[in-house]
Amino acid sequence: MTVARFLPDMKSPTGRALRRFVGNPSAMLGLALMVAFLLVMFIYPAVSAIGPNSIDLLAINKPPSLAHWLGTDGVGRDVFARLLEGGRVSLLVALTSSVASLVIGFAVGAVAGLGGRFADAGAMRAVDVAMTLPPVILLLVLASITGPGIGPTILVISLLSWPVLSRLVRSRLLELGQRDFVVASRGMGAGLGSLIRRHALPNTIDILVVFVTLQVANAILLEAGLSFLGLGVPPPDASWGNMLFAARSTTVLTNYPWQWMFPGLALVVVVLAINFIGDGLRDAFDPRSEGG
Amino acid sequence: MAAASADNSAIETARAAPHSSQTVGSPALSVQSLRVTFGTNQGTLTAVEDIGLNIAPGKTLALVGESGSGKSVTSLAIIRLLAGRGRISEGSIALRGKDGAVKDLAQMAEPELEAIRGNDLGMVFQEPMTSLNPVLTVGEQIAEPIRIHMGLSRRDAMLRAIEMLDRVGIPAPAARARQYLHEFSGGMRQRVTIAIALACDPVLLLADEPTTALDVTVQMQILNLLRKLQAEQGMAMLFVTHNLGVVAEIAHEVAVMYAGQIVEQGSVREVLKTPRHPYTRGLLACVPQLGSASALKNSGSPLFSIPGMVPSLRDMPKGCRFAARCPHAQPKCTVDTPEPVLTDTGNRVRCIRWNEI
Amino acid sequence: MTLYLVRRFAAGILLLLALSMLVFFLLRLAPGDPISSYIDPMASMTEADMERLRQSLGLDQPLPFQYVYWLGEALSGDLGRSLQRNGQPVLDLLSTSIGPSMLLMLTGSTLAIIFGVIIGIVGAVRRDGPVDLTLAALSSLGVSSPAFLTSLVGLYVFSGVLQWAPAGGMQDPGMPFTVSGLLKHLALPALILAFGQTALIARYMRSSLLEVLHQDYIRTARAKGVPGRMVILKHAVRNALLPVVTLIGSTLGLAVGGAIFIESVFNWPGMGLLMVTAVEARDYPLIMGGTLMVGAWVILANIMTDVAYAFIDPRIKVG
Repeated sequence: MTVARFLPDMKSPTGRALRRFVGNPSAMLGLALMVAFLLVMFIYPAVSAIGPNSIDLLAINKPPSLAHWLGTDGVGRDVFARLLEGGRVSLLVALTSSVASLVIGFAVGAVAGLGGRFADAGAMRAVDVAMTLPPVILLLVLASITGPGIGPTILVISLLSWPVLSRLVRSRLLELGQRDFVVASRGMGAGLGSLIRRHALPNTIDILVVFVTLQVANAILLEAGLSFLGLGVPPPDASWGNMLFAARSTTVLTNYPWQWMFPGLALVVVVLAINFIGDGLRDAFDPRSEGG
Repeated sequence: MAAASADNSAIETARAAPHSSQTVGSPALSVQSLRVTFGTNQGTLTAVEDIGLNIAPGKTLALVGESGSGKSVTSLAIIRLLAGRGRISEGSIALRGKDGAVKDLAQMAEPELEAIRGNDLGMVFQEPMTSLNPVLTVGEQIAEPIRIHMGLSRRDAMLRAIEMLDRVGIPAPAARARQYLHEFSGGMRQRVTIAIALACDPVLLLADEPTTALDVTVQMQILNLLRKLQAEQGMAMLFVTHNLGVVAEIAHEVAVMYAGQIVEQGSVREVLKTPRHPYTRGLLACVPQLGSASALKNSGSPLFSIPGMVPSLRDMPKGCRFAARCPHAQPKCTVDTPEPVLTDTGNRVRCIRWNEI
Repeated sequence: MTLYLVRRFAAGILLLLALSMLVFFLLRLAPGDPISSYIDPMASMTEADMERLRQSLGLDQPLPFQYVYWLGEALSGDLGRSLQRNGQPVLDLLSTSIGPSMLLMLTGSTLAIIFGVIIGIVGAVRRDGPVDLTLAALSSLGVSSPAFLTSLVGLYVFSGVLQWAPAGGMQDPGMPFTVSGLLKHLALPALILAFGQTALIARYMRSSLLEVLHQDYIRTARAKGVPGRMVILKHAVRNALLPVVTLIGSTLGLAVGGAIFIESVFNWPGMGLLMVTAVEARDYPLIMGGTLMVGAWVILANIMTDVAYAFIDPRIKVG
């Protein structure tokens, strides 16, 4: 609340939303966790001699110790270093794929919402069909076509995640399409491109921001799920999912729990933190939410 | 529950023994210096204060006022169903039950109240569209208080529910009892809520704007029904309304509320004919007279309305609460707090200048 | 009612057709020769044999014709042969694995609905009480914990450390089938499947009930002298359940996703495990068949939900 006082221009809608966001304790907690995690993730490799793939043959399957804070895995790699490396890979995959599905989802939604009846019907039927399957099944189908790898994983997750967004964008734009200024711009000969730039983008920016935030959390889970099944990021690259993949061996699961528990914990904490931020943003943009 | 199940045939009792016979003279309801407060984040607000009401069996008292005057709060306080953080901070609510014993509802705990509500005390709410449960049949909803309070079996309770539907003028009651809410029109729904409220033959019926949400023709039907049922069952009625036309139609006594206080109270005849409080006069002037429309139109004068607004609960003015809107206000009106005084016509008026104006 | 059902099923079949088209064309994008899905890998064939087969199957035709051919075969019950598992027919593989999957998903979802509704009621009635706060914490956790992680934790704690549950499978190996043995193996995966969904249902039930408790008819019930507990159980819960029923359809759909991971961690011989091994081996006929089966299940679950809703809510007249 005290921070809120120093924010600029509190009367504008964006300013009010920002103030509500800052006043939301769980969103702030999520933000603090994320910032802390990002700092550790990027500073640690610079100060530590232990790389994610450096092998310590004297420490194989060793529990947490001073030398290896979170223990080591079956070939003597440091779990903490791999966990941070895995975080970088997971976030890379998540951010890239979220932005990609943002672009696809917005484009489809905008064309459906502004492009007239036929474009709308076509786009929305495609969305319906894509949304019939549970996401994980579609993920498997796509993964079976592309095969494993970081690039294919990004592609698969991007292709999977846009339909929800395009529905949201479309319904907002249909609401908007009735309004005078869109009609006026059309009347003045504005093309679809300029309509999207001048009207669709500014009027859906709140949807886009919230989507991309929550989608990052979602994509982290999808990547981890794929890699856990051995269909996502393949070793030796580290990812939280493929670190958990090791625990499908009963020996690792029961005898070396630090090898999978810590990446699992990191996964939950990061996803939780991002969800908190995303929920906070959604509440902040929602004019019906209280306070502010 | 005990009172009702003591009778051998509860169904017969409803018609055979109106309460009026056993309680002549003493009121069915007597409210004394009632005060209701609401806790808010900014402190405690007083919604109504110093409310005193007496209603005899078989009689109707109308509680009249603008929205926000505290009339609904008063009726909800009597049945002890104040929403949220509302509570009775002062006063007593004496109800003479079906067994003849006088109980103070203001002091009762929840389990005892549950035995009174729907039993000695029935209530009809304003919104017939939302005040019935959409997923239970209408018959079940009427039978429910009968089973709870009279201890009748499911079957007998349903028979009495059907009888109640018949009495509130719903055709084909046995078939209708099996239907759901969405198959009933607004006026029919209000008949159902009346059937629920009267199912256990209460001594007092609280009717909170029961006709406000209805069409004018349906309004008249409901008023006639209430009058007819009152004549049959002999219950007392507290009728909350903002409509003075309705008051003349149904009530014997009237209490006019303004900003959480009763400003004038007396028999309907006296109050409507010779109103003493400037607010009552204002209200009466707001009611367009039948047949006067063309006269109004020809003279070009607008419908009369009281200028200004009801003061907020957060900052009640000192002295008379109506002073700011009163055409007769004098400086002393904003200093002295008026107490109710008895007038020559038997009304009680909360105005220090009642006999000067 | 019959007309409504017919219409719903017709729409469902159309959706399924569209889905099969989507998946068919997607899978044709994949590398590899589609002819292999029609060959019994055990039989030896010459190049010339292959070419003849290709022609007879229409695989030298353009894609849309191929789809029509595939559809005709599928409708007559031939979904092709698996590329692994000695070329068993896809339909046989699917039909043996659908039972275990159904058992797991229905048990898990039933548990989730029961727990979710109860927790949601307690959370709403004792708002901001200990149960409510625990629920809020658990539902955040439930939404953020993927099924593969909760499966691992569950397996580690209950099977590894506490030794309460078997490590996986549906039966103890080499033992005759018993119901108690099945239940022992089912309990842990079903509870884990229920965990994530319980949070979702409980959250939804809670907010639905809170909204209902503000309705006028709740006040009417209290004005009738209905005791507080009955006001909630009879008047409020029944109304609050209506929107929750619509959630059950999507719950059954979500269960498929969770079941895939849980089946592969617990070695549960269901569709999920089958699909994962199919994807690992790029067994396209099996992937195609499995996907359609799942799609049909989701569509059916949604139809059943709508029908159930129509039955429960007296305001909806179907027919």
